[in-house]
Amino acid sequence: MRAYLWLIPLLPLLGVLINAWFGHRLPRRVSGAVACLVVFGSFVLGVAALIRLIGMPPGQRIIYHKLFPWISTGGFESAVALMYDPLSAVMVCVVTGVGFLIHVYSLGYMAHDPRYPRFFAYMNLFTFAMLMLVLADNFLLMFVGWEGVGLCSYLLIGFWFERKSASDAGMKAFIVNRVGDFGFLLGMMFIFAVFGSLRFHDVFKQVAADPATLTLTVTGICLLLFVGATGKSAQIPLYVWLPDAMEGPTPVSALIHAATMVTAGVYMVARCWIMFLNAPLALTVVACIGALTALFAATIALVQNDIKRVLAYSTISQLGYMFMACGAGVFAAGVFHLMTHAFFKALLFLGAGSVMHAMSDDTDIRRMGGLMKWLPVTGVTFWVGTLAISGIPPFSGFFSKDEIIWSSLAGPMGSWVFWVFGVVTAALTAFYMARLTFKVFHGQPRMSGEQKHHLHESPPSMAWVLILLAVGASLAGFLNIPPAIAHLLHLPERWTAAFTNFLEPSVGTHEQAVYLLEASVGGSQIGFAKLAHGLQHNAALEFGLMGITLALAAGAILTGRWMYVSRPGTGTALARKLPFLFRTLQNKYYLDEFYKAVIVRPGMALGNALWRGFDVLVIEGIVNGIAIATAIISRLFRVFQTGYVRNYAAGILAGAILIIWVLMR
Amino acid sequence: MIWNATVPFGAWAVLSGLLFTMGAAGFLVRRDPIVMFMCIELMLNAGNLLFVAAARYLGVVDGQVYVFFVMTVAAAEVAVGLAIIVAIFRRKTTIDVDEMSEMRG
Repeated sequence: MRAYLWLIPLLPLLGVLINAWFGHRLPRRVSGAVACLVVFGSFVLGVAALIRLIGMPPGQRIIYHKLFPWISTGGFESAVALMYDPLSAVMVCVVTGVGFLIHVYSLGYMAHDPRYPRFFAYMNLFTFAMLMLVLADNFLLMFVGWEGVGLCSYLLIGFWFERKSASDAGMKAFIVNRVGDFGFLLGMMFIFAVFGSLRFHDVFKQVAADPATLTLTVTGICLLLFVGATGKSAQIPLYVWLPDAMEGPTPVSALIHAATMVTAGVYMVARCWIMFLNAPLALTVVACIGALTALFAATIALVQNDIKRVLAYSTISQLGYMFMACGAGVFAAGVFHLMTHAFFKALLFLGAGSVMHAMSDDTDIRRMGGLMKWLPVTGVTFWVGTLAISGIPPFSGFFSKDEIIWSSLAGPMGSWVFWVFGVVTAALTAFYMARLTFKVFHGQPRMSGEQKHHLHESPPSMAWVLILLAVGASLAGFLNIPPAIAHLLHLPERWTAAFTNFLEPSVGTHEQAVYLLEASVGGSQIGFAKLAHGLQHNAALEFGLMGITLALAAGAILTGRWMYVSRPGTGTALARKLPFLFRTLQNKYYLDEFYKAVIVRPGMALGNALWRGFDVLVIEGIVNGIAIATAIISRLFRVFQTGYVRNYAAGILAGAILIIWVLMR
Repeated sequence: MIWNATVPFGAWAVLSGLLFTMGAAGFLVRRDPIVMFMCIELMLNAGNLLFVAAARYLGVVDGQVYVFFVMTVAAAEVAVGLAIIVAIFRRKTTIDVDEMSEMRG
């Protein structure tokens, strides 16, 4: 088992080396095939390891594999060591599985790009870094992967760097992420200072052994780590880079900025579940930020007209959901939504890519409409994605979103407030996705004659990927049927919440969560956890709330149909009636402008002041001053250098005579 | 060894001084590098003469040995110097040293 765990990240690295060194000499077909095959190889190995993991007794499902010691100085030790537990297994399978499909899709999508091998080298490098992130058994190695995916994100957003907007977007993503990474780094140093180790196992064991006294310290650590998560996972206040990241090629948006990299923050929070449960304050912050982001991004998505931007805001909103679940203390729900989201959001992005492919790279939904006739495969699979993200049964989003909304109420840290946020966001999600889908695939065609002439369904490599992802987006939910529904349908025990049960050794059970929370706040004040514990088994309430969510989502989709197909003018009329609200949303609450005024401008001013004031005057002043002083002094001595041999000879002679005179005196 | 020559050491020293002065003056006033080389030889040989005379006067052999070194170095120096002059002539079609003042600061 251990023998091939290291091959999982190594294969994509091999692909990077092949494509980076020989890619331009290989035929395109070979270069693309290599990139896809190495990811597929990792996927097969990941699944094999997963099967081995399932075969082990539930309590011992963890495989450690220390590859080699990395840093070993005095009191600090860190190794390159891998860990495969249920949480890592889920992440590895999602990253390589969805990643493989997106690689295959890219074969067709990037077919005409001149930098074809470079694209695949970057994609493989990303896969490698992401696998290191999720397989690491210590914070330091995880940070290496964390930075690696950030680098690949930058490289791939700016892949078409001839466009200024693309290279700007790449830099924006990198710089905003740097703010978050700073928090992660500080948190990591804090962990080492307190616990003397960076291994997950050592740190978590110490926290679990003594939750009461460590609470304050751990709260600080968790808040710092969460700053890192807000950067990587695009949460308030660091989400601004993700919508701009849509400048990258669409497969990149699907793989990095929807399915995998942006979920790294959720993964990290789930990985540190013991620490977060020991810090109720930090957990509350996580839940609040998640809930706010979910609602906030969903409202912006309502009025955007760029197909990829709607999906980008939707991604931010869904990531908010995941954090809300984690913040409520139900990490398994967050990770489950992470998995189903990877399927349906990758599907939606790739569908958007297929639409752009057909529309000659136009992304404005105001110029689309009625595309179902020309793009039947894309249209149907896009509908699957829309229904999944809207939470319509039996698609996967129904199960995961319902679990999040339920656990935001019934989780150990749950509250009615979070539930309200969850339900309102669910309704908004259904509405903006319905708006998008109806505007793109139904109603009157609004594109130009030229575009209409070129409309075509995507090549088979792209269409098949859409179909496979649609199957995943439809069926993934059945991995985790909620106990209430399973009970109602008399399903066998092993069908009930299978995913949660599998994940629990990695992210904790409800009882463990309540125990840790009680220990960290000191016993009696923990009324909320007890209340939640009572709620957890109230099936009638669960069905009632599920019904409310479903009714709202279905109503929102029907409203979308009414507004954008039956009465196409309604949306515009509504916008004209509420100009202030509409303009605020259209301009994304002016947050980019706010950041520009408060952070970017002063930053630029400071940089300018340092450049002109300090660098030019002081640094260059010293350097140039020395040069000028040398020039002035040397002007005195230049006159001796006449260039005539006889002058030098006379000088030598005079010198010799002088020396002899001095000696003979 | 005893100084039993007919010509006194002072005369050798004066002759050597005269030769050196002629060489130095010639080097300073002439512009033809060939002549300047000859002047250098004159100065070197003035030195050699003094070496030999002093060696004989002091009754030691060191000075006479030095002369061999000086002659070797002088030969090498002339060989290199002449090669440089030929190279310069090829480039500038003149060997007037006053024309070679590119090193002026």
